[in-house]
This record gives sequence, C-alpha cells and structure tokens, in this order.
Amino acid sequence: MGSIANAFSSSIGKKLIMGLTGLFLISFLLVHCFLNCFVFFDKTGVLFNEGAHFMATNWIIRAMEVVLMLGLLLHIIQGARLTFENQAARPVKYAYNDGNANSKWYSRSMGLLGTLLLMFLVVHLSDFWIVSRFTGIEHFNGNTPVDAAGHEDLYAVMFAKFSEPWRVIVYVLAMFSLAYHLLHGFASTFQTMGWNHKKYTPIIKSLGVAFSIIIPLLFALMPIAIYFGWGL
Amino acid sequence: MSTGNMNLTLKVWRQKNTKDKGKMVDYKVADISPDMSFLEMFDVLNEDLITKGDDPIVFDHDCREGICGMCSMFINGRPHGPKDAVTTCQLHMRSFKDGDTIVVEPWRAKAFPVIKDLTVDRSAFDRVIAAGGFISVNTGNAQDANNLPIPKAQADAAFEAAACIGCGACVATCKNASAMLFVSAKISQLALLPQGQPERYKRVQNMVAQMDAEGFGNCTNTGACEAECPKGISLENIARMNRDYYSAKFISEEEG
Ligand code: HEM
Ligand code: SF4
Ligand code: FES
Repeated sequence: MGSIANAFSSSIGKKLIMGLTGLFLISFLLVHCFLNCFVFFDKTGVLFNEGAHFMATNWIIRAMEVVLMLGLLLHIIQGARLTFENQAARPVKYAYNDGNANSKWYSRSMGLLGTLLLMFLVVHLSDFWIVSRFTGIEHFNGNTPVDAAGHEDLYAVMFAKFSEPWRVIVYVLAMFSLAYHLLHGFASTFQTMGWNHKKYTPIIKSLGVAFSIIIPLLFALMPIAIYFGWGL
Repeated sequence: MSTGNMNLTLKVWRQKNTKDKGKMVDYKVADISPDMSFLEMFDVLNEDLITKGDDPIVFDHDCREGICGMCSMFINGRPHGPKDAVTTCQLHMRSFKDGDTIVVEPWRAKAFPVIKDLTVDRSAFDRVIAAGGFISVNTGNAQDANNLPIPKAQADAAFEAAACIGCGACVATCKNASAMLFVSAKISQLALLPQGQPERYKRVQNMVAQMDAEGFGNCTNTGACEAECPKGISLENIARMNRDYYSAKFISEEEG
C-alpha cells in the first residue's frame, strides 16, 4: 500500500484537503442560500423562521454543523499554511512582475480573499449563529419575540440587524469577496481532484462562473432588500 | 514593432555570487537591429562591457534554437519576455520599440538559487528527474519499432508532455514558485506509455516527494505556468499527476 498517512503532508495532499473542504463549503452555501431565500417569499417571516427552526433542531443538521465548523477550520488552517509556505518559496521577489499577463488577480489573491471572508464570518456568526444557538434571542428588545407560528423570530432579528447601514455595506462587500473566491475556487477544486477533461472542464468552468455570481448575488440582495424595504 | 535600429535602456540584475545581495543596474544599448535575438542584444552589450573593462553579464544559454531550455531570463515581468510560446533565444528585438526600458531579472525561487547575475542553479529539476523520471530496462538490441502497439491519441499526448524542455519558466512565473507543470510533464510522458507502467505509482510518489523536498511551493491552479510555458505543456498533465498520486497513495500496492 502507498501510505495514506504521509499523503496529506505532501503538496498534493495539502491541496486535496483544500479542495475537499472547499467543495464541502460550496455545498453548504447552496443549502444556506436556498433556505435564506425564504425571506423573499413570505412577508410574515413564518416560512423563514420555520426553516431556521428546522436547522436549529434537526439532529442530522446539528451533526453536520459540527462537521461544517471542523471543515471550515481545516480549510482556514490549511489555507494559511499554504499561503505562508508559498510566500517562502520565493524569498526574493521580482522587481517587476506582470502577473496579469498570465493569470487572474483573484486566482493570485485567494489568501487575501479568504482572510476577508474570515473577518466577515466573525461578524456574521456573532450576528446570527451565536444569537440563535447560544445566547438566545430573548435579550433582543428585552423580550423573546416569537412569530405567528410560535417559532423564535429570527426574521425580526434580521430586520433589526439590517437596519444599520454599516452592516449592510459589510455584508455586500463580503459577497464580492465570496464571488471572487469562488470564481477561482469552484473550478480549481476539480482540477485539484484530478478532473481535467476536454469536454467536461469547460462545463465545470461555466457552472463555476454561474455559481459564483448567483449565490453571492442572492445573499447580497437579502440585506439590501431589507434595508430599502423592497417588498419585504 | 520597430523596423529601424533601436536605442534601449536595460535594467539588469547584477549579483556577484550566491551570497551577494545583488542589485539592478542600468545600461544603455545603441543601434540594436530589430532582427537580433534578445540574447544577441546581450552579446552586443557584453562586448561593450568587456571593451570598457567591466565584468560582462553572466546568463545561461546553449542551443539558441528553443530546444535546450537554458536561456532563463525574466523580461519585463514575464519569463522569456512578452511573446507567448517562445524562449528568450527565440525572442527578437522587433518585439520592442525604440526608446523602451527593459527590465531583466533571473528566475526567482528558493529552489533556484542565483549563481551569478542572471544564471540560476536549476539542478533541483535534475534531482526530481533522478528520483524517478526514467524507466528501468535491460540494455541490449533496440526493439523493433511498433513492437508495442500504442494508440495514436495516447502517443500524441505522451509526445506533447515530452516536449517540456525543463526551462523552469513555469516555476519562475508561478506566484508560488511551484514546479507542478514541469514534474507533471515528466511523469505524464511515461505514465501514458506502456514502458512507463511498471514503475508508474512508485515514480509519482518519489518525484512528488523530491519536488517538495527541493522547496518548490504548492500549486494553487492559477494557470500562469500553462500560459507562459514555451512548449504549451497543458494543465491536464497536473490533473493526471494528481490522479496518479491519489491512486498511488490510496489504492496502489507499491510504497514510494
Ligand atoms: C464559505 C466560505 C468558503 C468557501 C465556499 C471556500 C471555497 C474554496 C474553494 C472551493 C477553494 C479551492 C480549493 C482548490 O483549489 O482545490 C478554496 C481555496 C482557498 N480558500 Fe476558501 N472558501 C471559503 C472560505 C475561506 C476562508 C474563510 C478562508 C480563510 C483563510 C479561505 C482561504 C482559502 C485559501 C487560502 C485557499 C487556497 C487557494 C488555492 O488553493 O487556490 N477560504 N476555497
Ligand atoms: S513545463 Fe514548460 S515552462 Fe515548465 S519547464 Fe517544461 S517547458 Fe519549461
Ligand atoms: S538557448 Fe536553448 S532554448 Fe534558448
């Protein structure tokens, strides 16, 4: 047997971890975005809260949440390691390097885009995840808001949070980072896993571009629509 | 594109030896013919320096016909200069304009230390090859051609990978100084042919291990290598190497 143990410490193994965790995060984004789109379809917020309630109570989802957090952590640690190792591989920089001649700026800036995403995640998780899972929303406005169906009203929390312009701006900017991170990352992970094919790679690339635009756009529309009161 | 002769300003990296800190030095060259190659322009400059009693600029070159891969120069921010799919020796001065300033640096990578001026030590590549980039056969008479039938598509892909001249442009341009394109070409040219099969999974493990040990960076799929490679080596080779590597580590019977 080739040794699995030392496979992950090699350059290709490290990339495989990056790719697999990245793909896992992409699948999470899909679910997260789908559920959040309930805000666009129900003014009362009952539908949205039901989704949130399901995510907070279903044990399969809760278990996946642990996996998700570990996956994210692995992605971040490995990403930081890759970035530092790669900088060390060129100790003396070029005086003149025309990177744009042969690659996209966002492909060369995955560490920076990831760091911006991490900063956003700190804000985002403390806005909603910490509130709904740990501290509870009863501290909100001095009472525990519940919606018409009796679920805790995360929908109302969201409206309160997105009444602040700075938060709307931070969220929208973060979605630009996400879009560019994915614009490289989506197709990249398939190359990392060894899937490069004359017929399928162009399809994967187009899918990646569509995903990288649609998902962040939908996410960005949520705070924008709430802030400007577009039909919500 | 110029037709008349040109006067140019060169900013060239000068470094006495591996330990020296090195610096950029400005030179003027006059009356350069647009039909000269970039290396011939350097020859003119060096003649000039020697006449003046200065130390000529040391740069690597050998075949001057685009096949040996020696002529490593990072010109105006790109390996082998502004043209796609050429080496420095095949780059002509007509690609520049009268009055241009041209910046010339050596390949920059921890695994390619500067020996002097524009010459770097690329023996890291040799050690990667020595770690497995060969096939073991008993010597004797050459076999008949076509003794081993090889499908045309397979033979073509192997030949395309074998076009790699080991120039190091991929490493030089990669933001991570990764050698994945080179190593994957050297692995693919054998992995695609029947003669390469017996050592296929051992080879990929050993060559990747040596590549890592040499201090090249980790690939992040920016694609810069493929865009700058003078021989058009494709990223498909990297994907193939990754596949072979996973097979070797997770499935194969062979230890690296
Ligand atoms: C929802 C969040 C995120 C998603 C969906 C995501 C997705 C991805 C994907 C698909 C890749 C490509 C993997 C490959 O090429 O094989 C990747 C790479 C990377 N990510 Fe993330 N990522 C996320 C968050 C982060 C965060 C928070 C960081 C923070 C440090 C980060 C840093 C990186 C780095 C450094 C790379 C490596 C660049 C490369 O290999 O090309 N990512 N990410
Ligand atoms: S892959 Fe291309 S750029 Fe890299 S060493 Fe071979 S010929 Fe040069
Ligand atoms: S000198 Fe041989 S390839 Fe340029």
